Amino acid sequence: MSDDVENRLFQNRYVVDTGKPHIHVTPHDAPSEELKSMVHVCPAGCYSQNEHGQVEIVADGCMECGTCRVVCQNTGEIQWNYPRGGFGVLFKFG
Amino acid sequence: MNKIVFDAIVVGAGPAGNSAAYTMANAGLNVLQIERGEYSGSKNVQGAILYSDALEQMIPDFREEAPLERHIVEQRIWMMDDRGHTGMHHRSDDYNEDLPNRYTIIRAQFDKWFNRQVRDAGATVLYETTVTGLIRDPRGQVIGVQTDREGEGFYANVVVLAEGVNGLVGQRSGLRSELRPEDVALAVKEMHFLPQETIESRFNITGDEGVVIEAMGTITEGMIGTAFLYTNRESISIGIGCLVSELSRVGKGSPYQLLDRLKAHPSIRGLLEGSEMKEYAAHLIPEGGYRAIPELVGDGWVCVGDAGHFVNAVHREGSNLAMTTGRLAAETIISLNKRGQACTKKALGAYRQRLEDSFVMKDMKKYKDVPRMLEKQGSTIMDTYPRLMNGAAQTWFRVDGRDKKAKENEIVKAAWRVRGLGLLGDAVKLARAWR
Repeated sequence: MSDDVENRLFQNRYVVDTGKPHIHVTPHDAPSEELKSMVHVCPAGCYSQNEHGQVEIVADGCMECGTCRVVCQNTGEIQWNYPRGGFGVLFKFG
Repeated sequence: MNKIVFDAIVVGAGPAGNSAAYTMANAGLNVLQIERGEYSGSKNVQGAILYSDALEQMIPDFREEAPLERHIVEQRIWMMDDRGHTGMHHRSDDYNEDLPNRYTIIRAQFDKWFNRQVRDAGATVLYETTVTGLIRDPRGQVIGVQTDREGEGFYANVVVLAEGVNGLVGQRSGLRSELRPEDVALAVKEMHFLPQETIESRFNITGDEGVVIEAMGTITEGMIGTAFLYTNRESISIGIGCLVSELSRVGKGSPYQLLDRLKAHPSIRGLLEGSEMKEYAAHLIPEGGYRAIPELVGDGWVCVGDAGHFVNAVHREGSNLAMTTGRLAAETIISLNKRGQACTKKALGAYRQRLEDSFVMKDMKKYKDVPRMLEKQGSTIMDTYPRLMNGAAQTWFRVDGRDKKAKENEIVKAAWRVRGLGLLGDAVKLARAWR
C-alpha cells in the first residue's frame, strides 16, 4: 500500500472484525485483468500483487464501496459480503 | 411462539430509508428499520447537498433542528484544463431567504438527526445489523428478512429496500440485475477543516452563506467524471469521481491520485491551503440514468433511493430523489395498509405511478440518453472541449497587439482543427440527449 493512501486511511475510524475479513480473493495462478486493475482502482489500496503476480487483499482499510465486486463480478475471483453489523468503516462525517 | 409481523420493514437508514420509515411511522404503521452501521450515517457518504423541498414535504420545520452547514448562495460550474478553468458563476442575494432552497450538510450528522425523527415517530430501529436475505412464503411473496443476528428473522407485510447503490439483498435475491461498471461511478472525497473566518474570506461569504463548485475537464484525464468542492461551516468537502468502467479499463491511476492532482490544481490549491484533512471516504454513485432503473416493485417488496438507481447525473441530484422515492413508496404502502389490502406486486404498482407523476421519473426520462452519449463522446466532452474553451478564453482576453478579427479566426480555427465537422455532430448529439 502506498503512503498516499495509508496517510488518508489513518484519519478514518474502523472496527475491524478480527479474523473475519468480509472480502476474499480466490486462490489463483494468474489474476484476470479485472482483478489486476483493482491494485490501482481500489480507493483504499486494499489490493496488491505479490512476487508471483498473484493479487492479494488486506481488507482492513476497506470503505465498503463495492467497486471490486462490480469490476470482478464475472470473473468469480472475489467473494464480497458486507461486514457483520457494527463492524467495518465508521464515517464521522461521510 | 407468536412471531411479530410488522406493517413494514425498511432495509437501510440513508435518506431513502429514513424518509420511508419516517413517513410510515408518522402515519401510525408499525415499522422496523434495520441499519448495518453503528448509527444512521456511519456507512453513508455524499458530497453533500440537501435539497430542502424533498425534506419539507415530510418535515416542514426541519430547519429549526436539523444539523445544516451553509445555505447556498453561489454556484460555480467550471470547465478545467491543466492550468486553469473557464466557467459560469451564479450568485444572488435572493438565496438569503427565510427558507433557503439548498444547504450543504455533513451526512453522518444529518442522517443521525433524521433517524432520530424516525424513532420519535414511533419506528423501531435496529442498528449494527446486516440484512443477509429475504424470507419468502411458498408462493414467492416476500414476508420478511434474514439478518446476521441470531434467530429466525423478522417478518412484515412489505419490505422496503433502501439498501443503497451496492445493494446486495436485492441483487442476490434476483430482484434486480448486477450493477454494470458502465453504470456506476466511484467517487472519493476528503473533509478539509479550516477556521470559519478563513472559509468565509476565501469564498466571499458571511454568516451561513455557502458556495458550491462543480467541475469537469482534464482533471479526470479524459475519463467520464466530475469533481466537486462544497463549503461547510468549518470545513470543505472536496471529491472527484469517474465511471468504474473507465477507471478499471484505462488504468491511468488511482482515484486518490486524481484527488491529489485536483487538490494541487492552480484553481483549487489556494482554497484548501493550510487545511487539515480529517476523513477520506469512497462510495459508488448510480450514473446509468433512466435505462438503469431496475424493477421497482414485486410481491411484498419495493425498492427506493440509490438501490433503484435514482440519481440525476446531469444535475448532480440524488438525495432529493432518494427522499422522494422513499416518501412515495411509504405513501403507497400507507394507503394499502389503511384499506387492508395486501402488498402484492399489482397493488404496489401504484408506487410506480406516483413516481411517473412526480418530477422523479420526468427528470430521469428527460436525460435518459445522456449516459449513452457520454459513453461514446466521453473524452471529447471531458477533455477536448474544456481545453478548447480555456484556449479560446485566453486568446480572447490576452491583449497582445493582434487585432480582434484575427483572434476570432484563431478561436474558430482551433475548434475546427480539433473537431472539424464533428463540431456540428457534437452539438446535435448534445441537443438530442438533453431535450
